[in-house]
Amino acid sequence: MMKQINMDDLVQRVMDELSKIGQGVIDFPEQKQCGVKNPNNPEALEQAMKRTPARIGIGRAGTRMKTGSYLQFRIDQAAARDAVMKTISPQLIESLQLPVLHSRATSMEEYLMNLDSGRMLSDESARWLEQNGDKNKDVQIVISDGLSTSACEATIPDLLPALMQGLSMRNISVGKPVFIHKGRVWIQDQVASIVNCKVVISLIGERPGLATAESLSAYMIYKPDANTVESDRTVISNIHKGGTLPIEAGAYLAELLEEILKYQASGVKLSQLRANKG
Amino acid sequence: MKLACVVRKQHYQFTSVRDVLAKASEEKSGDHMSKLAATSALERMAAKVVLSEMQLRDIYENPVIPYEKDEVTRIIYDDINLSIYDEIKNWTVGELREYILSFSTGMPELTRISRGLTSEMISATAKLMSSIDLVMASQKMKHQAYCNTLIGEPGRLAFRCQPNHPIDDPDGILASMKEGLSYGSGDAVIGINPNNDSVESVTKLLKMTHDFMQKWEIPTQNCVLAHITTQMQALRGGAPISLMFQSLAGSQRANDAFGVNKEILDEAMDLMLRKGTASGPNVMYFETGQGSEVSLDSHEGVDMQTLEARTYGLCRHWKPFMVNNVSGFIGPETLYDGRQMIRADLEDLFMGKLHGLPMGIAPTYTNHMYADQNDQEIAGMLTTLAGANFYMGVPGGDDVMLSYQDTSYHDDASYRELLGLRPLREFEKWLEKMGIMENGRLTERAGDLTIFD
Repeated sequence: MMKQINMDDLVQRVMDELSKIGQGVIDFPEQKQCGVKNPNNPEALEQAMKRTPARIGIGRAGTRMKTGSYLQFRIDQAAARDAVMKTISPQLIESLQLPVLHSRATSMEEYLMNLDSGRMLSDESARWLEQNGDKNKDVQIVISDGLSTSACEATIPDLLPALMQGLSMRNISVGKPVFIHKGRVWIQDQVASIVNCKVVISLIGERPGLATAESLSAYMIYKPDANTVESDRTVISNIHKGGTLPIEAGAYLAELLEEILKYQASGVKLSQLRANKG
Repeated sequence: MKLACVVRKQHYQFTSVRDVLAKASEEKSGDHMSKLAATSALERMAAKVVLSEMQLRDIYENPVIPYEKDEVTRIIYDDINLSIYDEIKNWTVGELREYILSFSTGMPELTRISRGLTSEMISATAKLMSSIDLVMASQKMKHQAYCNTLIGEPGRLAFRCQPNHPIDDPDGILASMKEGLSYGSGDAVIGINPNNDSVESVTKLLKMTHDFMQKWEIPTQNCVLAHITTQMQALRGGAPISLMFQSLAGSQRANDAFGVNKEILDEAMDLMLRKGTASGPNVMYFETGQGSEVSLDSHEGVDMQTLEARTYGLCRHWKPFMVNNVSGFIGPETLYDGRQMIRADLEDLFMGKLHGLPMGIAPTYTNHMYADQNDQEIAGMLTTLAGANFYMGVPGGDDVMLSYQDTSYHDDASYRELLGLRPLREFEKWLEKMGIMENGRLTERAGDLTIFD
């Protein structure tokens, strides 16, 4: 029999925990604190600190950081370290109804230390895609946890629908998006060759930074082949709530994909073609 | 040429100069990934023994990537002074190491032999050197360059103010920039990594930094670290640039991946000398770092450290104002932990200096490698002692655009304080005028970005 949860009891326990704050339990602040002694213009300093997630206005002890900002920095780095090792929530993948494929990396350690393991699909996943992937479309979308599952969880629910809608408004055909566990960017070349799309776009969790562990990047390439080089890829990074908002990114990426299709080029080649057209 | 040796009664056979160089490297994960590293600690030592007895001519006659095949090799070889090479070609690598460390060898001697050394010889020597060797040898060399200001004077240490923002918000960038300047950081360059690589956006940031420098009469350089072709388009369109940036690597294939080659670099420098805002003659800023070739699958069977040396051989062709080494930026697949990162920083500073370059170091770590702030600060202090020309300056050490950790404005000020080093001459006067610095030390006013309001 399932144990009944007594709501009153639960509320009481939470209230007890909260009341301990200030009575022997330290509530370490997560927001950066102004540490400048006698600033020339306190209001301007407050405004400046709001304009950027960068650690400014934190003051100093001699030439070193103040204790609070030093500890905050170390806490943020510790959290980022921990975030690398997290795996993606099955609920998210389920709710997006994406087919789940795997790279050849069988563990996080292998994924981190052997780049090739994340650059190719497992044999089973490659077979699945050959049989079930949508072929000959304009665009194929790949989603991958990369180095931050938190990034996928925080951005994909808003980004993917916005991107799909943007592409549909522009009458661009899209193959069914796929999720690839532990995929690196170059895995998109193999995906493109299997489904024979014109452009492949990968949405990949970036390595966690201190300011955010939720940043996602989009890598796009037009018809990758054996002669493809890194600078052929168009990259949009820093998609997260403190950077380019996921919803806005969806619309922007759709526009960019339309340009890539129009110029039949991506990366540095695309920039040059656009500049030549004025 | 001898490619075999006996160590502890065990016979070790190597296949080529390239093989010896790779196996003689201190242990790094990237060389394991490319399957070039020694497979045991004794094999590594055996390779060092073979390397120590190899003559410089053996290395010269066996470039690690053939001349016909690789543009980097061609630039390195075509830039060598053959008369100086002839004087030293019969030296062994072991003798070269002792020459470098000897009391009677100073900056003039090292500058001279540098012109006769290929990058592979420089890499080879570093493989026979310990941490103190590398620091002592590096201390002997300090190379100057001039853009709008003079970098590399003895007793001076400069910084790039790196005020990046996740979406290039101009006010956000400006705020971080003022903060950096108020700590005395920004004398090497005010350099922004853009999130948006479009010509319009890059031009806007260049104008903003240029205008700020004009308004406050700051004697320094500005730069936006977009792809070189983007910067060239911006420059042609009239954008004010005093330093042109590009990342470089040690094999032609890796540079192809970066979308850069000799022709583009020649054109860029020519364009800078005609249309750039700086007096020069040193108008280029390059970034390098061990591991980029491995991660781009373009290592050509060469170890990371030797590829890094070759990158310096490439860099020196364009007489840069700054070469910044960012080993540690990539991740654990190339440099596993703090120990490997510190070693790479010491090697790179030495190798860059022996190429005659105005070297700076960015001791960095990412959050998926096994390193932390303590490792980074050790690398920073050691390379300051070894006489780096400059470091980066990032607010609180946390780059909110590139998501990695680099030296902070606080660290910059600390490195100066630790060894009594001063900012670049012209910039120090400006700091004094602004009331940020007095007698080489930060004042009470320093660290407040609102002094510019």
